[in-house]
Amino acid sequence: MRRLFPHPYLTVTLVVLWLLLVNRLALGSVVMALILGTAIPLITARWWPGTPPVARPLALISYIGLVIWDVIIANLQVARIVLFMPTARIKSAWITVPLDLTSPEAITLLAGTITMTPGTLTADIASDGKSLLIHSLHAPDPDAIRDDIKVRYEARLKRIFAE
Amino acid sequence: MILDLLITAALIIGGAFALIGSYGLLRLKDPFQRLHAPTKGSTLGVGAVLVASALAHFARGQGASWHEVLVTGFIFLTAPLTALYLARVHLHRAEPKPPLPSPATGSGWASRDLGLENIQPEREKE
Amino acid sequence: MIAYALTFAIGCFALALLMNLIRLATAKAPGDRILAVDTMVINVIGLIVLYGIKTASGLNFEAAILFAMTGFVSTVAFAKFLLRGNIIE
Repeated sequence: MRRLFPHPYLTVTLVVLWLLLVNRLALGSVVMALILGTAIPLITARWWPGTPPVARPLALISYIGLVIWDVIIANLQVARIVLFMPTARIKSAWITVPLDLTSPEAITLLAGTITMTPGTLTADIASDGKSLLIHSLHAPDPDAIRDDIKVRYEARLKRIFAE
Repeated sequence: MILDLLITAALIIGGAFALIGSYGLLRLKDPFQRLHAPTKGSTLGVGAVLVASALAHFARGQGASWHEVLVTGFIFLTAPLTALYLARVHLHRAEPKPPLPSPATGSGWASRDLGLENIQPEREKE
Repeated sequence: MIAYALTFAIGCFALALLMNLIRLATAKAPGDRILAVDTMVINVIGLIVLYGIKTASGLNFEAAILFAMTGFVSTVAFAKFLLRGNIIE
């Protein structure tokens, strides 16, 4: 089993991607998707160093739901700032977020989440990989934003990646 | 009828957010502030339009359409990467350098420690 | 009702594209120009999808996906060129 599917997540992604591309759920498409999903990971296995350490895939789905909801709220907030706040009164700030996560996959996911959610944007990572540099559009209280990120997103990611 | 209302709402929301995102690009003064408006506004704008498209496809009785999911997923995956790259470009080229806080541990931020500051584009070197 | 909303949305996206064009023409830093072009790409994807709703055809989605991909790759290539003076290292 392990030798036939060296990267199970990649196989699932490829199958779903192929079915989305052909846009119909016929038997032929499913067979083709399974062939591609098996063959591509086998051929490219040498270039994939390891599997992402996802411990709770179901928690990942609820996390994606939470992020989509936050993206909508984020947009309303940013829209209010863009439309109504005088540009001189927008207080931008640079914030350092110390990381408890260690795996590159988890940090990448956290950085992407931060960029998509309320008024914050990941700009850089520390050279030792233990903190993120974040730019906030309007931050009267930078510490609150940092704590919010740590509690709301990082704690959940920690559970998902079982660190 | 309800489907029609949903499509209309999604279309109006999408158009409004796209407009706000681009308006923010014009209005905000600081280059880093300008990164915020399009990455969030335009992405949700296109997302809402894609929802409208999926609903319209369904309303025409042609069954579910999955291409929308693909485009939405792709845009939402790539928007943070674009923003990260552009933030680095701004950090690299900003004069004077913005006052960055130092990281919790370690010596500095990755793009500075890599010596990116000292690399000049090939053409400028000659 | 949908027809009016569709016209409104197309108008919004067209206006947004115009704003991006102004930004592209007036921006001073190259980073801002890349951002303007990237926003333009996203808005064009929106327009393509809206046209697909208007003509009730699913054929436009291939164009939208291709646009999303080439837009992303070109933005990253531009940014990388400005950062490193080199695209493929």
